[in-house]
Amino acid sequence: MPEFLQHLLNTLILGGTYALLGIGLTLIFGIMNVVNFTHGALYTVGAYVMYLAVTALGLSFFAALPTAILGGLLLGAILDLVLLRPLRGADMDTTMLVMIGAGIVLQSGTLWLFGGVAKSIPTPFPDAPLQLGPVSVSWLRLFVLGAALVLIGLTYGLINRTRLGLAMRATFQDHDTASLMGVNVRLIYTATFALGSSLAAAAGALLGPVYVVFPQMGGMAELKAFAIVILGGLGNITGAAIGGFILALAEELGAGYISSGYRDAMGFLIIIAVLVFKPTGLFAKAERIG
Amino acid sequence: MTRSLTRLPALTVAFMLLSGVAQAQTIRIGVNEPLTGPFAASGTYVVNGAKIAADEINARGGVLGKKLELVIEDNKSNPTEAAAVAEKLITSDKTPVLMGAWGSSLTLAVMPKLADYETAMLVETSSSGKITTSGNPFVFRISPPSALEAEAFSPMVEKLGLKKVDFLAINNDWGRGAAADFGKMLKGKGVTVGLVETMDQGAQDMSAQLSKLKGSDADTLMITAAVDQLTLLFKQMAALGLKKRIITTGGSQNPDQIIAQAGTAAEGTMHLTTFLPWYPEKTPNPAATAYFITEWKKRGFEFAGVTESFRGYDGIRAIAAAIEKGGAADAASIRKGFWSVDFTGLNGPIRFAKAGPSGSESGQSKPDVYLVKIEAGKIVVPTL
Repeated sequence: MPEFLQHLLNTLILGGTYALLGIGLTLIFGIMNVVNFTHGALYTVGAYVMYLAVTALGLSFFAALPTAILGGLLLGAILDLVLLRPLRGADMDTTMLVMIGAGIVLQSGTLWLFGGVAKSIPTPFPDAPLQLGPVSVSWLRLFVLGAALVLIGLTYGLINRTRLGLAMRATFQDHDTASLMGVNVRLIYTATFALGSSLAAAAGALLGPVYVVFPQMGGMAELKAFAIVILGGLGNITGAAIGGFILALAEELGAGYISSGYRDAMGFLIIIAVLVFKPTGLFAKAERIG
Repeated sequence: MTRSLTRLPALTVAFMLLSGVAQAQTIRIGVNEPLTGPFAASGTYVVNGAKIAADEINARGGVLGKKLELVIEDNKSNPTEAAAVAEKLITSDKTPVLMGAWGSSLTLAVMPKLADYETAMLVETSSSGKITTSGNPFVFRISPPSALEAEAFSPMVEKLGLKKVDFLAINNDWGRGAAADFGKMLKGKGVTVGLVETMDQGAQDMSAQLSKLKGSDADTLMITAAVDQLTLLFKQMAALGLKKRIITTGGSQNPDQIIAQAGTAAEGTMHLTTFLPWYPEKTPNPAATAYFITEWKKRGFEFAGVTESFRGYDGIRAIAAAIEKGGAADAASIRKGFWSVDFTGLNGPIRFAKAGPSGSESGQSKPDVYLVKIEAGKIVVPTL
């Protein structure tokens, strides 16, 4: 029983960051219809900005986190303005190829700047874990969970309670009508891409100190983000959030009770199962037409 | 117009002749190592050690009157890349001998290419037994196979009082082979083998495996992994409150790096290494050890890397000795030369004994294996 409880606790913590990754991607996928293959690269950039902020700039851990998120926001906005805006209206395959190229450039850029050897980000938390009866959890991971939940909450607030969020939701439902209603659709697209990218960067900045930072770290993260988005349904933010936790649970229980070597494969098994049995995702609402 | 057109091909031919002449003045050694990916730290250390050896040998006039030239390629910690890199080095860069490929799965992927092109490779790190028992006469290994590591560790089993051991190994030929070889040795001594868990080489979160191991009743956990994954494991073990005797195998632990990055989480852990740079006087050739460490520090590299870089250093020196003994800088002569190599490396004598099926034996040297422990943030050789 304690082992199961430990798995559940691990799920909670990992699920929070997976949820961030998934929400960021589903926003871009759902609102902009862009298959964003730079998501993993933004995750990596977020981790490296965190690393730079803590080691080279000497910022405190808690000040470095917003710096990384801001970095992701800016990079996302730039990517949209430079690459996606000229391609607005082009078909999905073209933008997908461009995003793949941009992702490769970003990953190679981090490899060129920082080298292939993995980096560790120092944290201010004590090494000894918090003991909660039979289960233990490190302070760093508790912080990561807390920060992830705060960011998910803020995103929810932004989407559901602000005019910007209202404009985003309107654009998602029907961008022509939204435009007729006076929504600045071009701005919304840039803001959405920037927001989605900043969430990916946040996930990277939070998980970077937990693990290690290296240029290829975004690859697996991106694949898992796609798994979460498929699980939750395209454009469905709640679905992505829950999907993140489901993926973490599947990984923990699969690795703990079935086979530890196949941990990462659990996500792909989920994609296969969902696509076979419920292709619109577990939580899909009305489908997008056109 | 016609004059410049005829000048261009002439210039090209001249350049080609020049480079051909320059090539003939050096002996090229292909270096196939992981410079990116999960093993990037280790591969980089090995390459830097190799460079020190090449520079030292060239400063003394080279081999057979020619300078050594290292052609370094990155196999990205990926077996398919390792085979492709080996092919490129042999066919395109025309290297008559290789060193590599660090990981056992990487080396095993390269071996068919060595047989195809009849080119020898000096294996400096890999520990899978399969490498020297598959009947490939083109591999010569200076690192210990995990069976040898287990044999060297066996007298310490009673002294440490192991009763039941779990394994956590990287999921490739290296890790699984180590778990199998050490498991066999332990069972032979009456020790129970419990769980055998694995993790993907690129995995960063092993909390599921560790939660399972935490619940087991074994007193010892033996881990086989590279340094980055070990750091993560120790931090995650501390976070889970997993308290068992920890022994790591494989020689790629770089304990100083683990201390620096995992801090108190590494306290009390023990490691089977193949070099003792912290106690040069205990190594087989203290003067050579001291020289290597001084050279390493002079180049501004991290001291933590010495526990692996010495393999690159000894590897190039072994290759140079093989070229010398072979008498010529072509693949066949160098391969023959390997069998006559006999000198003292930084961790023991380098002499290749025949291993594997007769008629197509590989060469295996017998280096020393040491057990060290991390105590109070320092590395000590425990007195058992």
